[in-house]
Amino acid sequence: MAEPSIVADSIVRHFGEVKALDGVSLSVESGTIYGLLGPNGAGKTTLIRVLTTLLKPDSGTGLVAGIDVVADPHGARESLGLAGQTAAVDEFLTGRENLEMVGNLYHLPSKDATSRADEVLERIHLTEAGGRPVSTYSGGMRRRLDLAASLVGKPEVLFLDEPTTGLDPRSRLEMWGLINELVDEGTTVMLTTQYLEEADRLADRIGVIDHGRLITEGTASDLKTKLGGDIIDVAVSEDDRDRTASILASVTDADAPWDETTFSFTIPAAHGAATLTEVVRKLDQAGIVPNDLALHRPSLDDVFLSLTGHATDGDAPATDQSPRSGRRRTASK
Amino acid sequence: MSRDVAHQVRDTIVMVKRNLLRIIRLPQLLFFSSVQPIIFLLLFTYVFGGAITRGTDIAYIDFLLPGVLVQTAVFGSTQTAIGLTEDLAAGVIDRFRSLPMARSAVLTGRTTADLVRNVAVTIIMLTVGSIIGFRIGGTVLEALLGVTIALLFGFSLSWAMAALGLWVKNAETAQTASFVLIFPLVFASSVFVPTASMPSWLQGFAANQPVSVVASTVRALMGGFPVGSLVLQSALWIAAILAVFFPLGVRIYRRAVGS
Repeated sequence: MAEPSIVADSIVRHFGEVKALDGVSLSVESGTIYGLLGPNGAGKTTLIRVLTTLLKPDSGTGLVAGIDVVADPHGARESLGLAGQTAAVDEFLTGRENLEMVGNLYHLPSKDATSRADEVLERIHLTEAGGRPVSTYSGGMRRRLDLAASLVGKPEVLFLDEPTTGLDPRSRLEMWGLINELVDEGTTVMLTTQYLEEADRLADRIGVIDHGRLITEGTASDLKTKLGGDIIDVAVSEDDRDRTASILASVTDADAPWDETTFSFTIPAAHGAATLTEVVRKLDQAGIVPNDLALHRPSLDDVFLSLTGHATDGDAPATDQSPRSGRRRTASK
Repeated sequence: MSRDVAHQVRDTIVMVKRNLLRIIRLPQLLFFSSVQPIIFLLLFTYVFGGAITRGTDIAYIDFLLPGVLVQTAVFGSTQTAIGLTEDLAAGVIDRFRSLPMARSAVLTGRTTADLVRNVAVTIIMLTVGSIIGFRIGGTVLEALLGVTIALLFGFSLSWAMAALGLWVKNAETAQTASFVLIFPLVFASSVFVPTASMPSWLQGFAANQPVSVVASTVRALMGGFPVGSLVLQSALWIAAILAVFFPLGVRIYRRAVGS
């Protein structure tokens, strides 16, 4: 097997009492997309910041394109591109000037910086807007320009921190298309997302991160199978919550996680419809009338809930430094 | 090694260019940052001038203009803090830090661009000053040395303000904090009035603090008065401020985005 393009080796980073990263290890094969999935404050951004040399870990290290980010940050920067949560482009420069500036900072000869800027503008379909100041761009155009800026140095490895947060559906599809094209050409991508759908659609492998730890990883279908097939959602009123919990525990021999946002329990249906029947019978005997009861194939939401005990709309302290989009996703169906 | 130096110089030039474009493309900012010192110049000349120079033997405009050049350089340095905090907030500094560019270029580019802007404002001030009656009293070379000292003093304070901005990380806090530091230095000084008119408890501070030393130096050089050791004193202040805040600024920059 080829050398992995990204390696995290027992990375620990604390901010005071908060364990933003509590020993994260993973590796990403060349030419694939790795999706880091987790709620706000889970440690996703911190991991990206360590791997892109913006932040020194307390211990552990990372390799990007085989270069140690702690021992040789300058060398690692030659091989990586970063597009952060905010579009880090200069408002008062034109799109082209922004990209030329980045090219110059990669020490391309200035003629090459210009032609590279044009190349990248064409690639993100901004050739026409390239001569206009960025202050006239829409949010989606800025994000694309930001992605373009990270492509100027032809990085082997691209880090995208929530590349589509705050984008409208059409811009999001465009962004997904661009990311897929890049990977087809051999770029390795690590992206973070709060959107389960995004991880499902894009990522070859998904790592679920919560409270600074990698809880599980695998392909989207691996994660779904981990739940053992179908699952049952049981929505009950707050009053019936405790009794329902013990009934469900007796069915599955495990504590059922409670989702605060949907007022429901989610349990694996080990025997499909038979499990559902058992749940219905036991609830009926106890005189509990559920508000909703459903048997379905697990979504990544369910995977997340069952792995972390809480929905993706996390209540963990926000340790990430960058300003956040106000949009959050709940585990709604 | 020489390749590193070449890269460092080129990165700095790229950053200076970027920051100057920002100044040029925000014409309102350039306009008001030039108008503000002109207003100081006119207000002090025509409103306070008559009262202030009683008992001195020079025209107030000749006393005032060198002082206002220093004041402009000092106030202008706050733009360094504000500009950096804005870049920090916009995530632009993250991008720069993820590029294989020289670490110091972001700060050097910023302080140098602010120096260039200050040169432009100074030329405008000298023009307006000469229209309302300012005349140099010595040689042109002495006057140029005086102007250069005012500009270099502003440059050194830009580094102090860079450190301050990166430390507080927020544009509003940076602005408020810098004015808290700057107002006493500018007003309890010989910029607008001779320190001899101040109460004795204040005189000791007012006569010897760096803004006064630099203002007196620039005034002596532009007015053709004996300068004594003033040039040396000013040079020492500028060197001392740079010696403290250049390394401190770079250090805070390295940590600012990381923590």
